[in-house]
Amino acid sequence: MTFFEAKDVVKQYAGHKALNKVSISVPKGSIFGLLGPNGAGKTTLIRIINQITGPDAGEVFFNGQPLKPEDVKRIGYLPEERGLYKKMKVGEQAVYLAQLKGMSQKEATKKLKAWFDKFDILPWWDKKVEELSKGMAQKVQFIVTILHEPELLIFDEPFSGFDPINANLLKKEILELRDKGATIIFSTHNMGSVEEICDHIALINKSEKILDGPVEQIKKRYRTNTYEINYIGEFDKLDQVLKADFEIIDQAKGIEFNTLKIKLNNGSTSNELLEQLLPYLNIVSFREIIPNMNDIFIRVVKESKTI
Amino acid sequence: MNKIFIIIQREYLSRVKKRSFLILTFLTPLLIAGIYAFMIWMMLKDDTEKRTIAVLNESELVEPVKSSEFTTYNYLQNASFEEVKSSMEKKGYYAILVIPKNILQTKTAELFSHKQVTIEVKSNVGRQIRQHIEKLKRSKIIAEANMPDLEEKLAATRTPISMRTIKFGEGGEIKQSSTEIAMGIGFAASFIIYMFIFMYGVQVMRGVIEEKSNRIVEVIISSVKPFQLMMGKIVGVAMVGLTQFIMWVVLTGIIITVGSALVLPGVDMEALQQAKSVAELPAGAASLDAGQLKMAQDILGTFDLAYVAGIVGAFIFFFLGGYLLYSALFAAVGSAVDNETETQQFMLPITIPLILALYIGFAVAKNPESSLAFWGSIIPFTSPIVMLVRIPFGVPIWELLLSMTLLIGTFLLITWIAAKIYRTGILMYGKKVSYKEIWKWLRYHN
Repeated sequence: MTFFEAKDVVKQYAGHKALNKVSISVPKGSIFGLLGPNGAGKTTLIRIINQITGPDAGEVFFNGQPLKPEDVKRIGYLPEERGLYKKMKVGEQAVYLAQLKGMSQKEATKKLKAWFDKFDILPWWDKKVEELSKGMAQKVQFIVTILHEPELLIFDEPFSGFDPINANLLKKEILELRDKGATIIFSTHNMGSVEEICDHIALINKSEKILDGPVEQIKKRYRTNTYEINYIGEFDKLDQVLKADFEIIDQAKGIEFNTLKIKLNNGSTSNELLEQLLPYLNIVSFREIIPNMNDIFIRVVKESKTI
Repeated sequence: MNKIFIIIQREYLSRVKKRSFLILTFLTPLLIAGIYAFMIWMMLKDDTEKRTIAVLNESELVEPVKSSEFTTYNYLQNASFEEVKSSMEKKGYYAILVIPKNILQTKTAELFSHKQVTIEVKSNVGRQIRQHIEKLKRSKIIAEANMPDLEEKLAATRTPISMRTIKFGEGGEIKQSSTEIAMGIGFAASFIIYMFIFMYGVQVMRGVIEEKSNRIVEVIISSVKPFQLMMGKIVGVAMVGLTQFIMWVVLTGIIITVGSALVLPGVDMEALQQAKSVAELPAGAASLDAGQLKMAQDILGTFDLAYVAGIVGAFIFFFLGGYLLYSALFAAVGSAVDNETETQQFMLPITIPLILALYIGFAVAKNPESSLAFWGSIIPFTSPIVMLVRIPFGVPIWELLLSMTLLIGTFLLITWIAAKIYRTGILMYGKKVSYKEIWKWLRYHN
């Protein structure tokens, strides 16, 4: 079931198009990765979802209904450019931001205290933000984003600036929120950082969506049938004994073992390859090279250019 | 709608709780009261320094200057100027007064001293010699005229005139007015407005820059509309300004009332204040004569309740109108830059009309009927300041209404424009913005 949907969204700024007929569809309860290089249009799309700006053309649906102003209550947004009032007290400020999301002061205070306790920052409730360490400030920002229990959570470059410990804490909490039923959108240019937790992605480049779908399907579609073989021993006439279907892409010598990369062409299988190699090599490991999102992105961009 | 109140509340409380606000709010009335007290003290204080002045009298006048409680005049017979001069320090003379032989012709006497003599000493000596000579001449004339009661008759011809200015009110009734007072009130009020627009306009701008450089703005506008955030800030800061102004008025009033009741029991403060404009400073309140008290009462009569209420009402209206107009512009400037040093290029178009208004105000205070006064008080960018100068002199109702309507209209228009700039500007980071760029923002829709 689709929880959020954008259809043919166009956003034009003087001189350039930020989004050109971009459509995405985010399934309910999924973690959706919005990927693309800096300046591709990701933040513009996110701002449209948050109604910070409106689309020039196209439609945006939230839970099946056209997006309306009251929906901001049901969205939690952690922007890429995020911060807090430095001179304000931490607790006071968190309550203020929660009130702006429509929570009552009493309810916000109660919930915030629980979250602060969970994240070990309760003693900082009455301190000024400028006294907090960066990691603590990030925890506060995260709590404020999710406090009103939004159904849709949007994180723009969530891990930039987070130290590894906090980044892990964040991942854990996000997965927990997903398990409780929230839908999550991740936006990042650092594709490696989110691919293991996203189940759907959309790739955006130069204002256009160039690829989208479930991560597994995409990876399957872009597998290259290339295998990496680590072996001990030497055999330099491999190209003479292998079938023509097995294309040697790379052959490198290492200290402990040597490495071979072979591409399988014309429907030949990995078992056939193994059979052919066994008489000559002492194999240590054998695995398929699965392309990561970065590789796929580069490939798709290249392909879209040639078309 | 509820959210804008939450924003106003934060903007207001976060500023009112600041130490700098509290200090400024409580210290300024003390300062005003202090200046006030100092002026009264200056007026009441006697010169209690004991001085001895050597007198070399070469003229025929007999002891033209008389010693008083604090100043002693030593008449030195048969002493040369050089002798006295060399013995000055030893004998502790403050100065040497030389009355020349032909003083009746030259009408000049000389005071020699090492330090500059005080004005009081100088004028006192001058007055005494003058009175002495006048008395001599008068008695000579009286003797010649052979009229024993001439002295009294001449005295009876002296007639001091006090001018009361009275203007016609709207309904033709007669109102007492005081030009000086009207000028003073008008100018003070307009200057306060000028100061407040600047002070609080810049606070709005700083607030916007703070939100931008803290990077909190995008977090907030995912919950509220940029317009709500901007208006919340503008209104919140306006309330801070009004709070400060009211605190100043109330605290100054309390301090002066309490202070004068404690320090100067039985002294009519209003009368005393009025005495400043009288040429000779009174030695104390007791020396105020009936005429001066009458004048003070006249001036107090100028302040009937309707007049004061009218001025206060106009003040609040034009303060708010002017502030709202300019603070929207200040907010737009704040949104377009990344830090305060970059505001220079955009501040100029805002500060020029404001400063111009203040100068027009100066000119209008002197001539409230000029066409400069009319246009200055109608055009919305200068009207909050210029109109306040004019109001104490009386302004036709239609002009007032026209000015107010234009101010409200312009404020709405400017706010609308500023909001468009603001909306785009607050999300622009690390970009040098030009006027051309801002012009583009105005044409973005949503």
